[in-house]
Amino acid sequence: MGPQSNAHRSGSLKGRGGTAVSSLITMDDLSNDDILDVLDAAERLLPVAKGQTHLPLLQGKILGNLFFEPSTRTRMSFETAMKRLGGEVVNLGAVASSSVVKGETLYDTIRMVDGYADIIALRHPRQGAAQYAADAAEVPIANGGDGAGHHPTQTMLDLFTIKQAHGTLEGLRVVLAGDLRYGRTVHSLAHALVRFNCELVFASPSSLRMPTEIIADLEGHGATIIESDDLVNHIDDADVIYMTRIQKERFPDEDEYRKVAGSFTLSAANLDSAKEGMIVMHPLPRVDEITPDVDKTRHARYFEQAFNGVVTRMALLCRMLGIEVPSNIGGEA
Amino acid sequence: MSAPETAMRRVTAINNGTVIDHVPAGKALVVLKMLGLDGNMATPVSMVMNVPSQKIGGKDIIKVEDRELTQNELDRLALIAPQASVAIIRAYQVAEKRVINLGEEVVNVVHCTYANCATLGDREPLPHRMKVVSVDPLNLRCHYCARPQDIDELVANLL
Repeated sequence: MGPQSNAHRSGSLKGRGGTAVSSLITMDDLSNDDILDVLDAAERLLPVAKGQTHLPLLQGKILGNLFFEPSTRTRMSFETAMKRLGGEVVNLGAVASSSVVKGETLYDTIRMVDGYADIIALRHPRQGAAQYAADAAEVPIANGGDGAGHHPTQTMLDLFTIKQAHGTLEGLRVVLAGDLRYGRTVHSLAHALVRFNCELVFASPSSLRMPTEIIADLEGHGATIIESDDLVNHIDDADVIYMTRIQKERFPDEDEYRKVAGSFTLSAANLDSAKEGMIVMHPLPRVDEITPDVDKTRHARYFEQAFNGVVTRMALLCRMLGIEVPSNIGGEA
Repeated sequence: MSAPETAMRRVTAINNGTVIDHVPAGKALVVLKMLGLDGNMATPVSMVMNVPSQKIGGKDIIKVEDRELTQNELDRLALIAPQASVAIIRAYQVAEKRVINLGEEVVNVVHCTYANCATLGDREPLPHRMKVVSVDPLNLRCHYCARPQDIDELVANLL
């Protein structure tokens, strides 16, 4: 069986031109030092991300954007990241108009795009799709979300936002709030924060608690975790509050949803006695969980966080393509 | 004749082939399925089920005539019968004893139990791969989706 011979194609690979490249499937693919290196490179790339400096590090490179599920921020920020660095992007486009509807396997789609692009950003509804693609492809795969699995580039931009605000990732008290059961974003982020000795508070409705296997895993790594069905009481001690959207469809009826969602809403009034440097984050889109009056407080960071998706993905694309980010870029950060 | 010997003698000794002893009681049929010996075949297969065993309490025994199972075939057994002992018989004598070893990965034996795993497309060609996290207790994770696998459920997913 021909394709079985590709089973070894995971982890570090030799890309075209002999440059060492590797896929990013989960945060386990990056050591703590790797994470800090990427965040430093992202910091240096800020003037390029803002269009203040032209730096075509990825000129001649092509990103294949394969989004089998709807995405606004992840898809657009990958595209922007590539273009800011002088690279090109080819898109799968809508799944409905691609060969996927004709029954093409993920394997065949990946092998095809593997021939068109130097790197692939993939979002797919099935968990494990990114690893599957990495095993099929010669070019590196950036996991842009695979089912309920991982979303490491989101985690990297979250870490960048936290480090930007606090100057460190070490030993912070981070409250993750809202839907902790289904959100791959908070799962990946929790794993990463534990590696930097952060204290975690999981504030969620009882029906949307962090899965027990994840808590066991985190505690196995020595994490200090507090679980709570109350958000407000944890605001004053927090360095970061990471809000997530509670989806209506997770509840049996509208009344139940309103009751629960109401107790996981942040308003400016809730933040009166928060620490000076505390930041409020959200992967967006938000619905009612952060009221618009929070936007004007010093704590709101979710729009910067969305922008940080560009600069972080710029740094990741460079790393995965084996391109060094210069230590002195110039321009205003 | 001791109890284990009585158990072994419930079926006739075989001239050439493979004897799999210490299969957990009641699992012999699953083992046969796992080894592809459950359909029409020219090879005679004998089974003894639910006999007492000092080693594992109750056990099944399988004798496959005129066929020496390969190490690769036998390693599949570790999923349900990690303590099984295997003897290759030639001219009524034990010619070789083989040890079951799951290794670091189980490839193309079972498919993932998670309903939304990327491997579950009908025609996806890459091999089904289970990483062996620990042997005792047996703990496997899908190479692709990384979900931990329930072993009883997994054994129902034989390829």
